[in-house]
Amino acid sequence: MRNMRKMWIAVTAVALLALPALVLAAPVTVNWWHAHGGALGEKVNEICDGFNKSQNQYQVVPTYKGNYSDTMNAGIAAFRAKTPPHILQVFEVGTATMMAAKGAIKPVFQLMAEQGEKFDPKAYIPTITGYYSTAKGEMLSMPYNSSTAVFYYNKDAFRKAGLDVNKPPATWPELFEAARKLKAAGFDYGFTTNWISWIQLENFSAWHNLPYGTKTNGFDGLDTEFTINGPVQVRHFTNIANLNKEKVFVYGGRENKANSLFTSGQVPIHFESIGGYGNMKATCKFDFGVARLPYYPDVKGAPQNSIIGGASLWVMGKKNQQEYKAVAKFFSFLSTPEIQAFWHQQTGYLPITKAAYELTKDQGYYEDNPGPEVAIQQLLNKPPTPNTLGIRFGFMPQIREIIDEEWEAILAEKKSPQQGLDDMVKRGNEKLREFERINK
Amino acid sequence: MAKQYEFPGKGLPYLLVLPQMVVVFMFFFWPAAQAMWQSLYIQDAFGLSLTFVGLENYLKLFKDPLYLDSLVRSFVYAGLVAFTAMTVALFLAVQANRRIRGALFYKTMLVWPYAVATLVAGVLWLFMFNPNIGVVSYLLSKRFGVAWNYLLDDRQAFLLVTLAASWKQISYNFVFFVAGLQNVPVSLVEASAIDGAGSGKRFWRIIFPLLSPTTFYLLVMNLVYAFFETFPIIHQVTQGGPNQATTMLVYKVYRDGVFNLDLGSSSAQSVVLMILVIALTIVQFRFVERRVTY
Repeated sequence: MRNMRKMWIAVTAVALLALPALVLAAPVTVNWWHAHGGALGEKVNEICDGFNKSQNQYQVVPTYKGNYSDTMNAGIAAFRAKTPPHILQVFEVGTATMMAAKGAIKPVFQLMAEQGEKFDPKAYIPTITGYYSTAKGEMLSMPYNSSTAVFYYNKDAFRKAGLDVNKPPATWPELFEAARKLKAAGFDYGFTTNWISWIQLENFSAWHNLPYGTKTNGFDGLDTEFTINGPVQVRHFTNIANLNKEKVFVYGGRENKANSLFTSGQVPIHFESIGGYGNMKATCKFDFGVARLPYYPDVKGAPQNSIIGGASLWVMGKKNQQEYKAVAKFFSFLSTPEIQAFWHQQTGYLPITKAAYELTKDQGYYEDNPGPEVAIQQLLNKPPTPNTLGIRFGFMPQIREIIDEEWEAILAEKKSPQQGLDDMVKRGNEKLREFERINK
Repeated sequence: MAKQYEFPGKGLPYLLVLPQMVVVFMFFFWPAAQAMWQSLYIQDAFGLSLTFVGLENYLKLFKDPLYLDSLVRSFVYAGLVAFTAMTVALFLAVQANRRIRGALFYKTMLVWPYAVATLVAGVLWLFMFNPNIGVVSYLLSKRFGVAWNYLLDDRQAFLLVTLAASWKQISYNFVFFVAGLQNVPVSLVEASAIDGAGSGKRFWRIIFPLLSPTTFYLLVMNLVYAFFETFPIIHQVTQGGPNQATTMLVYKVYRDGVFNLDLGSSSAQSVVLMILVIALTIVQFRFVERRVTY
């Protein structure tokens, strides 16, 4: 019922938007549906204004469509009604769904080649473009807002517990030790985390150069299976479950619900996205630092590189050449170091090109804001291996939910960590088989 | 039965109900038919590949122990929500119906929560009961020594969403009960008082039976509410967790359809839910309504 109603709204909206474009022959209008409300939405509008004023042939019209799932749903409903926008922002876990929709989308590498836009995939940060490329390295969607997982630590708390604020824990054993000391120093708990699946499994596995699934983490085909119940993951979950019993670790809820534990000063170590840096700066009343993800020193190859989260821009299919020309021009504009540096510095999301990173460095931004640079260096730590380009699994939003559920069962001591991880794999694989069947 | 008014022509009554029927058709029958049709297929999100699978989506549901658990849980939940919301509302209505000072003020305050959007109600409960920052959970743990953590304790989570969903519905029930109580003839109550019935007896023997049409109507509405309309609360407070302790049927329909884009299964689930609630309503009309005196 909801979908139908949404579809009608979408149809009407598109009809209204398309009308002026028909009346005034030029400029060519490009509709961009995105999921950035509030302050982020204003930055999106600023970028589009900049593009629209830089020339008079093309006009990009950004429209806020709600959160990530709302936006994706609106795009899909509009596609079904045969009036999709030109550009649709889709969260990273929707990548497999978009990719499988052949005919509904226009791959970006193809678009840029057809329109003769200068386009060098090597100019981009490989761990960012890798997430949105085929196994052959063909970029399917345009990376837009990318982040990665780091940990934030309360420097005032570190001082109180006699820990060195300039040397945050680098390995997991060190971090557990620090967390215990913080608890002993009077804090309710030592550490917490957001986004269990994304941080403690997806990034955790990449950081230790472990495969998340067969077939190059799903890049090489839909007949992939999860491999997250290996000994390193089991050890990690066992450690956290034990610290949960000791009340050194505390669970704050799904998604980013644990934030308040850190910002209130109750818990001094918190795993969260670098995309939350701006929010932390605005809400924390104490001195805090950002550090790289810890690793287990006995795991070969660790630390490798972390992977991204966030969203990318998909170009929808069946538009005319003029419109594609406009989209290609706009993407070139988006990739310029100036625009990327602006977006990066204004929002905390990562720059997608190396040039934008260099530019930001030259502008001295990281001297006052060391946090985001930690994240970029973590992504660039080593050239990505097949295990660390990213992950590509169908029904990933559902699978993340399964992981949340099993994780909660482990912490509530209803299942052993081994059992919980085995069940994640088993239930996750069932979803993968369904996705494979639907998209054959 | 009193003689009913008859319209002169046959066309006019149909014309008069037409606008309503159009709305009902557009927003209820058509989507319901769509759901039934979609439940027989599996398809990708974009509708590019559509495969007819017959009843497979349904069979898969009923083979899934997690779905069956959720089915049982939803019934328990709906029963508890309806019972709690109605009992509390009836108690409050009886109290407010007495001649007390400031009755209007009480009534107004009690009706207020109805104006709160369900999603906002969810946020309110989330902030009060959050184990780490909630005021109520602070009191529970510091004053009463209750280890309150609904993020991991499935019984606490279930209790919390049941209470939150009930709270939201109390106002609605309250309005109807107050209206119903005002229709109870004072003379009957007074007569029974003269015959020596105490206040308890007066309530159960006179007032409660006379309220039965209201109670029956509310029972149907509350069950429908608990089955269909409480998902914003679950979405805000627990997101179906911990594990699946608060995953009710309607929430699963929403998650699988809107968020997970698994249209075949989501449609099958919504059809199952629809059939269940239709069946439940029929049962109520056949068996419970017999005990209602109009």
